[in-house]
Amino acid sequence: MPLKILVTAKRVEDPESKIKVKPDGTGIVTDGVNYKMNPFDEIAVEEALRLKEKHGGEVVVASIGADKSMTEIRAALAMGADRGILVKHDGPLDPFVVSAILDKLFEKEKPDLVLLGKQSIDDDQNQVGQYLAERRGLGQATFASKTESLESEAEQKKQPGVVLAADGKSLRVVREVDGGLVTVDVSLPAIVTCDLRLNKPRFASLPGIMKAKKKPVEEIVAASLGVDLAPKVAVKKLSEPPKRQGGLKVADVPELYAKLKGEAKVL
Amino acid sequence: MNPPVVAFEPFTEEHQAFRRVVREFAEKELAPHARAWDEAGEFPRALFPRFGELGLLGIRHDPAWGGSGLDYWYVVAYAEELVRSRSGGLGTGMLVQGEMATPIIGELGTDEQKREFLAPALRGERIAALAISEPDAGSDVAAIRTRARRVGAELVVSGAKTWISNGTRADFLTLAVRTGEDGYGGISLVTFPTDVAGFQVSRRIEKVGNLCSDTAQLFFDECRIPARFLLGEENAGFGYIMTGFQGERLVAAVTAVAGAQLLIEDAIQYGQERKAFGRPIGTFQAWRHRFADHMSRLEAARWLTYRACDLFARGQVALREISMAKLVACDLAQEIAYDAMQFHGGMGYVLESDVARAWRDLRLLPIAGGTSEIMRELVSRSAGM
Ligand SMILES: Cc1cc2nc3c(=O)[nH]c(=O)nc-3n(C[C@H](O)[C@H](O)[C@H](O)COP(=O)(O)OP(=O)(O)OC[C@H]3O[C@@H](n4cnc5c(N)ncnc54)[C@H](O)[C@@H]3O)c2cc1C
Ligand SMILES: Cc1cc2nc3c(=O)[nH]c(=O)nc-3n(C[C@H](O)[C@H](O)[C@H](O)COP(=O)(O)OP(=O)(O)OC[C@H]3O[C@@H](n4cnc5c(N)ncnc54)[C@H](O)[C@@H]3O)c2cc1C
Repeated sequence: MPLKILVTAKRVEDPESKIKVKPDGTGIVTDGVNYKMNPFDEIAVEEALRLKEKHGGEVVVASIGADKSMTEIRAALAMGADRGILVKHDGPLDPFVVSAILDKLFEKEKPDLVLLGKQSIDDDQNQVGQYLAERRGLGQATFASKTESLESEAEQKKQPGVVLAADGKSLRVVREVDGGLVTVDVSLPAIVTCDLRLNKPRFASLPGIMKAKKKPVEEIVAASLGVDLAPKVAVKKLSEPPKRQGGLKVADVPELYAKLKGEAKVL
Repeated sequence: MNPPVVAFEPFTEEHQAFRRVVREFAEKELAPHARAWDEAGEFPRALFPRFGELGLLGIRHDPAWGGSGLDYWYVVAYAEELVRSRSGGLGTGMLVQGEMATPIIGELGTDEQKREFLAPALRGERIAALAISEPDAGSDVAAIRTRARRVGAELVVSGAKTWISNGTRADFLTLAVRTGEDGYGGISLVTFPTDVAGFQVSRRIEKVGNLCSDTAQLFFDECRIPARFLLGEENAGFGYIMTGFQGERLVAAVTAVAGAQLLIEDAIQYGQERKAFGRPIGTFQAWRHRFADHMSRLEAARWLTYRACDLFARGQVALREISMAKLVACDLAQEIAYDAMQFHGGMGYVLESDVARAWRDLRLLPIAGGTSEIMRELVSRSAGM
């Protein structure tokens, strides 16, 4: 059964860039910072492509943000997604607003499945997929992962880790939870958020990059969607984590043990 | 009157999108293995099809044979980012495959040659090598002696080649042979499949750097190939080789600039972390000023190189500019590599460090594809000296 999949691609700071907080704590210094697709969204895009390669269908990639987010949509199209939707919005966003916008896109596109990163690596909120499922009253499977390793043969062959049932009505998802894995079945349409070990995203090929130029991308102004764009959460202040203190040398294992148990209290 | 527009930004949004992918590929999938490949003395053969699948071997080649038919600036972005694999040996192998041994087949080859050699090379299925240099003819290409005699519908090849990159694993060669008189007027190029009787890899050459690139001495004993494997016109090979050298030298200049750039970036970072006499070594004025000189001269070399790339991309004659760019960039990279290593103190002298590998690998650039001395010859002659 062909699947229509909506997948998200948020523009975030490249984790390889050096991030500095502005002295007044209102944000980060953006000079010299590179941007890229949220790595968890890359995993979602990869999973969407694998599902499409196996079952047929369509992969629609959506990004919400300033015009520059077009770069991330093109990156997903270069990997193999079919078309894009850029929801333009310049102001601050929070997961509540983002999920409201995605809710509208769901209404418009009526996908069988929405794949999202479990969180974005800038704000680390981990809420959008859950809110979206709640808004739509759909089943959700968060932190999708898989049992075999990222070096396995199935992975090399780019088999999807999320498995469509024979009747095409539900998905089997292995979820990563504290201390292990949980397997759930979720009926379609469903919301699935992707964790780190679900797959290794592909690199776009040069022909893929050239084709991406010609794929359609619809641009929608967020304000036209009729949702309340006022964030419920405001960032008051950013500050750097405390500088790492120098370590200390211990004479022998008993001393190390004593310190780990007594001072660090990790044993 | 309005001044002419000189805002020269060669890279469009698509070039940069491509650059980002190559960089991530190089940093994530290649660089972590650079050291192990050097220790093993080769990189995996499977990387050829991997590069092929990503479209990296056919960037400016004809789409009819599996290329992407793109402009030269895509090659520039590719060569610049390939440096981030931190493996000069791998870079050499891949650039020989896509940019040195095969463009001439695309230009001059018959459909049969393109089907047999070019297309599978761009897919990474057949490994290509460019075989010009000989034990007694390196800089002096016109002195090559490997001979091809015409016997009926065949060419019979006898002789020896040396320094051939990809040579021990090559499935075919773009081979320079003597088909006519002595000197430059008697040289031809042929496509040469290495599975013919009488062909032999005589030895693998152990080198100072580029350790994971296989470099071979090849031996030809009465090897018979169809005469239709001639590339272009008989006895016109010297001109083809000199034309082919233009792309090879340009990519060497681009690699030198990008390699030196990466060394400076690494050094700046190391200089913030490493302390001596109670302060980060990057704060000593002696070093800050030294690197300021390097960065300034490297920027000059970069724009000379880009100027040569611009002429080449537009199909203009660029012999003078390409020779200058190769000379300046490859020689400057040596000075920067020396200082980058020096700046790392004892760590710079450790075999496995990135800076030591770059120092070894970059050393090849003023030698291969025409030495710095030969570049000086070309530059001075182009000025009528
Ligand atoms: C690792 C490696 C990979 C290579 N890969 C390939 C390959 O894939 N295919 C291929 O065909 N070749 C390859 N080469 C060969 C390379 O192109 C030659 O080494 C180079 O052209 C120099 O030739 P040579 O080594 O014979 O040096 P020589 O020509 O013997 O030169 C020795 C010295 O004399 C100088 N000299 C020569 N003529 C003059 C002059 N007129 N004026 C002043 N000085 C002069 C040179 O600059 C040099 O310093 C490779 C070489 C190396 C080391
Ligand atoms: C092969 C080898 C053998 C060795 N053998 C021995 C041995 O047998 N015994 C032993 O004790 N040591 C030995 N050494 C260590 C050697 O003496 C040190 O590597 C050397 O003193 C440099 O110290 P470092 O490596 O810590 O570099 P660093 O001190 O970290 O220096 C890094 C860079 O900073 C520069 N720098 C430091 N201070 C200043 C400054 N004030 N102004 C400007 N620049 C500055 C240095 O010149 C260098 O370029 C050996 C090293 C090697 C590589």
